[in-house]
Parts: sequence; C-alpha cells; structure tokens
Amino acid sequence: MSFMPYVAPEQLMKDRSDYAHKGIARGRSVIGLEYADGLLFLAENASATLHKVSEVYDKIAFAGVGKYSEFEELRIAGIRLADLRGYQYGREDVKARDLANAYSQALSTIFTQQMKPYEIELLVGEVDGENDGTSIYHILFDGSVSDEDQYVAMGGHAEELTDALRDRYQAGWDLATAIQTAVQLLATVPETREVPAEQLEAGILDRTTTERRTFRRLTKDEVSSSLG
Amino acid sequence: MSDPLPLHLGASPFGASPSFVELLRIERPDALPAGTVDPPPFPVPHGTTVLGLKFTDGIVMAGDRRATTGNIIADAKMRKVFAADRLSAIAIAGAAGQAVELVKLFQLELEHYEKITGDRLSLEGKANRLAQMIRGNFPLAMQGLVVVPLFGGYDERREQGRIFYYDATGGRWEEDDYQTIGSGGQPAKNSLKKRWKPGLSRDEALRVAAEALIDAADDDSATGGPDASRGLWPVMVVVTADGASDVPEADVTAAAEAVLAERGAAS
Repeated sequence: MSFMPYVAPEQLMKDRSDYAHKGIARGRSVIGLEYADGLLFLAENASATLHKVSEVYDKIAFAGVGKYSEFEELRIAGIRLADLRGYQYGREDVKARDLANAYSQALSTIFTQQMKPYEIELLVGEVDGENDGTSIYHILFDGSVSDEDQYVAMGGHAEELTDALRDRYQAGWDLATAIQTAVQLLATVPETREVPAEQLEAGILDRTTTERRTFRRLTKDEVSSSLG
Repeated sequence: MSDPLPLHLGASPFGASPSFVELLRIERPDALPAGTVDPPPFPVPHGTTVLGLKFTDGIVMAGDRRATTGNIIADAKMRKVFAADRLSAIAIAGAAGQAVELVKLFQLELEHYEKITGDRLSLEGKANRLAQMIRGNFPLAMQGLVVVPLFGGYDERREQGRIFYYDATGGRWEEDDYQTIGSGGQPAKNSLKKRWKPGLSRDEALRVAAEALIDAADDDSATGGPDASRGLWPVMVVVTADGASDVPEADVTAAAEAVLAERGAAS
C-alpha cells in the first residue's frame, strides 16, 4: 500500500491551475466579437481540417483553444446535448446559457476530480435574431464561467488581446473590419509577426440569414478577401 | 430548462457515434416511438399520395395535402414533402403520426452527423441510413402503422438527381425516372408514365407533377385535389445542385391551374 504525502489543498489547486495554464499558453489564441450582423469567432489554426470553431445549434457556435482532443470531446458532448434538448422540447428552447452551464459543471468536476485538468478554454456564442442580442460565454479549464460583453479573447495571450480589444473595439463594425482588426491583434502576440491568411479559421453566426441554421464557416477566400 | 445538464463525455474510446438515433436510444429511449404488442384499437390518420421525379437539374418531390382516417378526412392541409437537409428531400405516405416523426428524426440524423463529423453524408449514405430507420420501425409496421417514404436528392459526386423508394421492411430501391407511393400512387404513376420524359425543365417537371396528383385525386378518394376556394395546393420541393427548397406557391398554383384549364377546355 502506498502513502500519498500530504499536500495542502491550496497547493494542489495551484499546481493543477499552473499545469492547465501552461498547456493553454502553448497554443494560439481565439477572438470572439460581435459585429453589425452577428458574431464572429476567429482562430489562428495551422490545420485546415481540425477545427477550433464550429456549429453547435441553430444560433449557437463553439470555439476551443488548448488541447484538441479535450475540447473536441466537449464540442461533441455539447452538440449531443443541444440536439437532444431540441428534439425533446423545441428548437428555440436550446440556449447558450444552458450549454455554458453544462460545460462549466463538466470542467469543474474534471478539474477537481481527475488526475489532470483539461488544458482548454471554451467560448459559447449565441445570436438572437429577434432583438439583435448576442451573448458570449467564456469557460475556463476549472469551470469558471463569465458572460462577456461584445468581445473576448482566449488562449495563451488572452489578457493582452482583451486589453487591446477594449481600446480598439467599436460596436457596429462590418464583417471585414471585424476580421481585419481581429487579425491585426492576433499578429501582435507573442511578438509582432505576419499571420498568413491560410492559417486563419473563421466562423460566423449571421443573424440576418433566412436559414434556420445561422452558423457559417467562412472560406479561405472570404477571409483573405476581407483582409484586402 | 433548469435541471442540471449532464454532459456525457468519452462514451467510447473511439469517440461519439455521429448518429442521433443511436444517441437517443441510449440516452432517452422513452422519446423514441415504441412498439407495442397490439395494433392501436382505434383508426389513425394516414397520409396518401406523394411522388418524386427527375428533371434536367435535379428532382421534384410533390404531395397532396390530405390525411384520412378511414373514410373521414383527418387533415386537409397536411404537409408530406420536406427538405431533409441542404441537398435532399423526403416525402411520406402511411401512418401520419409515425411518418412525421420519422421525418423529424431523419432530418436531425443528417444534421447531427454533419455537425459531429464536419462533413455531409453522401446521398448514398443518407439513403442507406433511412432504410435502417424504417427497419427500426418494423415492429410498428407489423401492427399496421406502416410508414413508407420516398427519398431523393442531388448527388454531388455523380452530379445528378437520384430517387429512392422503400418498403415497410426497410427494402431500398433506386428509381431511374419517377416513383409514386401512397393510396393514389397507382393513378399518379399511370399519369407520369404518359407525361414524364427525359430532359424536362423545372417548369415542365412541376406541371407533370401537378398533373399526376390531379389524376390521383380523380381516381382515389383519399387523395386531395387542388382546391382554389380554400387555397389548398400541392406541396412541392425541388432539389438541385443549388440546394433543396420549397417551390413557391405561385409556381405550384400556376402549374396546377394550367392542368385544370387544359382539362376544362377539353371537356
């Protein structure tokens, strides 16, 4: 029988937190922001097929940073939850807030009960076609969740990017301006550099569309042409 | 919406299945249509005539609006033709409640697959999945709750429209030109036999479809004909490379009125 040396709970949580932070800091960042017609999620992603940004439900999108296998697992769990909800009740009863709560619960449990915490952060965004509202929820590796207003950055350099967004952000940007600004900001961390258009992944929730499903993944061409 | 939401993580070492029906069977079996031992002790509404046909750019699916319970018209405005996803459509005949539920499940099945995997199923894949779902309904079919759909869509790989039909046991066949199902299926098919030809334009295809449904309504009491006084016109869905969409009512009305006018002139 083996004995575990005593570790103070504060130390235990701090170690886990540091571990998760380090893992997340290794990856590139994601920016989510509201523009005139909806919500934009923009990620720097070297892969064209392993997505960081994707659709969850009619008006709900998802973005993840950190370890792919871990946020992919949560992405799928979220889609399953949303589809089950929508089938059992009604499509309009599926809300981003419930999804954010579910993610928060799951991550909190994983953080305290599993061997290692998940090295991820998530964004859940929602547009409301009727009253032009948007909500963005930012969920951290330990399950803490915050309701963001209009813009948010997550990933390794979230703080610098969020500060920069605070200075630059203006409500009512068109999509091209939103993309340009987000890309300019991403290109300032960790140091000033060039971000090639083919390494950008963008998805929007378009509240002006007549389709039931408002999520659309922007093509490489659309992204590069808005960069001008 | 306030109960704690369980997120089911790590169902299998190889990830979640992209099938919504499978998910439902595991998580909420009570929400699936369940088989009982005996047939329902009361008559249930049945949807009647639907058809699908090919034209140059894709396919048209059309259906009348009537649902009957025995000799009673249970619903005069029933919709039996639906877009299944962006590039396919499904039309149903048979026990109406079961059939509409099957359509809803099938639409979700396709959407769920697309969201989980990030890819759309091939048309072949969709047609096969539908066959399996009908097979799943077989216990209910044995009690008289038969559901037989017609499925069609635009095949992106072959760059053409394709039509499939099914029997209650889940048998799947591909149709070359056109197919009809439901109580008025036979007169509708006879009509298509005379009127359909290869290389129809969209407008010609709408007219041929309208004519077949009118012929079905002539011979089959369970099929509802167009009714201008109540604004009842067939529902039609067109699927081409550009997507699946409802045919605007003005176009359906024009097609049906052209057929009726021609007949009025001839008599």
